[in-house]
Amino acid sequence: MSKISVSHITKVFGQNPKQGLERLNQGYSKDEILADTGNTVGVNQASFNVEEGEIFVIMGLSGSGKSTLIRLVNRLIEPTSGHVYIDDEEITNMNKEDLIEARRQKLGMVFQNFGLFPHRTVIGNVAYGLEIQGVEKEKQIEKAKQSIADVGLNGYENSYPSELSGGMQQRVGLARALANDTDILLMDEAFSALDPLIRKDMQDELLRLQKRLGKTVLFITHDLDEALKLGDRIAIMKDGQIVQIGSSEEILENPANDYVSNFVKDVDRSKVLDASQVMRRPEVLTTYKNGPRTAVRKMEEFGASSIFVVDRDERFQGLLTIDDAIRSHKEDIPMEDVLKQDIHKTTPDTPLNDLIGIAVETKYPIVVLDEDNRLLGIISRVSILSGLVLGKEHDEEVTEA
Amino acid sequence: MNYFYFPLEQWTNTFVNEWFLPTFSSAFESISVVLNSFVDFVTSSLLFIPAELFTLILVIIAWRLGGKGLAFFTLIGMLYLGSVDIWEESMNTLSIVIVSTFVSLVVGIPVGIFSAMNNKVQAVVRPTLDFMQTLPSFVYLIPAVLLFGLGGVSAVIATFIFAAPPAVRMTNLGIRHVPKEVIEASKAFGSTSKQLLFKVQLPLAVPSIMAGVNQTIMLSLSMAVIASMIGAPGLGATVLTSISRVNIGLGLVGGLGIVVLAIILDRITQGIGQNTK
Repeated sequence: MSKISVSHITKVFGQNPKQGLERLNQGYSKDEILADTGNTVGVNQASFNVEEGEIFVIMGLSGSGKSTLIRLVNRLIEPTSGHVYIDDEEITNMNKEDLIEARRQKLGMVFQNFGLFPHRTVIGNVAYGLEIQGVEKEKQIEKAKQSIADVGLNGYENSYPSELSGGMQQRVGLARALANDTDILLMDEAFSALDPLIRKDMQDELLRLQKRLGKTVLFITHDLDEALKLGDRIAIMKDGQIVQIGSSEEILENPANDYVSNFVKDVDRSKVLDASQVMRRPEVLTTYKNGPRTAVRKMEEFGASSIFVVDRDERFQGLLTIDDAIRSHKEDIPMEDVLKQDIHKTTPDTPLNDLIGIAVETKYPIVVLDEDNRLLGIISRVSILSGLVLGKEHDEEVTEA
Repeated sequence: MNYFYFPLEQWTNTFVNEWFLPTFSSAFESISVVLNSFVDFVTSSLLFIPAELFTLILVIIAWRLGGKGLAFFTLIGMLYLGSVDIWEESMNTLSIVIVSTFVSLVVGIPVGIFSAMNNKVQAVVRPTLDFMQTLPSFVYLIPAVLLFGLGGVSAVIATFIFAAPPAVRMTNLGIRHVPKEVIEASKAFGSTSKQLLFKVQLPLAVPSIMAGVNQTIMLSLSMAVIASMIGAPGLGATVLTSISRVNIGLGLVGGLGIVVLAIILDRITQGIGQNTK
């Protein structure tokens, strides 16, 4: 069961939408319909499913129909045809009362220009959704305070939106959507009006909140980098149609058509690829038990000047250089004491972007560890460069060569 | 240009005298009774309060809403009204202003709300308002007298016709100017239309509505002289007398009285509008 299921949703704006819809079904293009009937096709037969706990991003340039599409989901705009289901309940055929109930219980929304109520304080804004449901006053305040804390705005409860910066205003917008405790967040270009640094903060904040609260998020953006960063899956829209749905890798590696490939051509791969995609297995490992002699022999065998040391469970211990191994053997110092510990460690989901600077500075490869400190792989400068230039599938050929 | 004769004059007279008046006279009679007692009540209340107490209350209100300067002006203005001996006339004018503003708002704000909600209502309301504002007031003074007789009630009706349009227009404008995203936000969280109106649209339209109220009051005052032609008591009557007697001094006394009331009411209502922003 999908959390949100949208099937063949279509919106035709204009005097006579039925006529436009007919033409659309006969296969006329958006431009032909506009010329013939004066109707504008906003969204054309869009279908997609959003799974529980997923961030689903709809990406498109302005005029692609993405903002219309998200409003068709909660019927801020009435669809011309097609169906929307939330938790298997059809939204599109609900009467007014049921729709209001569904909006209250299931669908939170965050807006591009925040859509805050200027005559209400922060807490008044955040509690609005609860207030209109007739929740008791104390409960309203308690829940509103909780979501204000969730977005890090403690202390601003009694400020008015006009007294806050753009980033803080959008935090209020987010808190207002969280306060209703809906499973689904609809986010319409939620961060597009913010400047780049604040936008990045808000993106990280959203990822953090989503991880903790497990919301299902439908996110609209015109910014491909944002889509790639946030989206578990991404739908690319053009002229009211969805042209491709897939994970960021699928879209980057297998663009469905020229439009998509043109679009992703200039993507900064360092933001998309993560450590796990460019790391490689170290050729040679050793353990304390083997002793320095074995370590030296292994290094000789592979022509390496250093070796990674792990324990019996493959937990990372440190790096042993050949000089230190010989010193340990000659002077009979335990291997533990000569290990290099100042190795940079990272997690498999760290974006490549964050590793570039480190790779430039450090002498030794970066090690990738899982939560139990087990050594998953190592990243050298070469693997970062080849990952950036060629994408991940070419990476192995290069390192082997 | 008289290719054909259009007997508008005869038709109107026949319509009014032979059908409209006989049919609705009892209805107008009851409106007249209600409004008359309303005007009488407000007038006698204003005159019942001692002038000193009334001045004190008004000065305090002026101080709270408009600051020290306005409070001082109010005090001087009230002293003026007393010292040129037009206190009673001023209270008469004030009561007609109060009643016609009240009627204008009670009718005008809901009509403004409806025309903001519905473009078809707006399509009917707009030309009606244009008609009400541009039709020379003497044209409706005559039917007003026919229907309601000479005196305060006719004055209230005539003033209403002239002064209600800004209340309607500014309410309509205020509601229509609420940002679309704010409306969408309210709907997206599951507001009913009533909640949307009372919790979002009306509160955000208040500054605009208050500007309309201010305009309504100003237009009501500007009708004082014309209203006195159909027997409304007050400062207008003073001015009218001065015209008929060519008494320039009396004209200035009454005219300044109207100006004093206008400035005080204007600044106070503007103060209310600004405080709600």
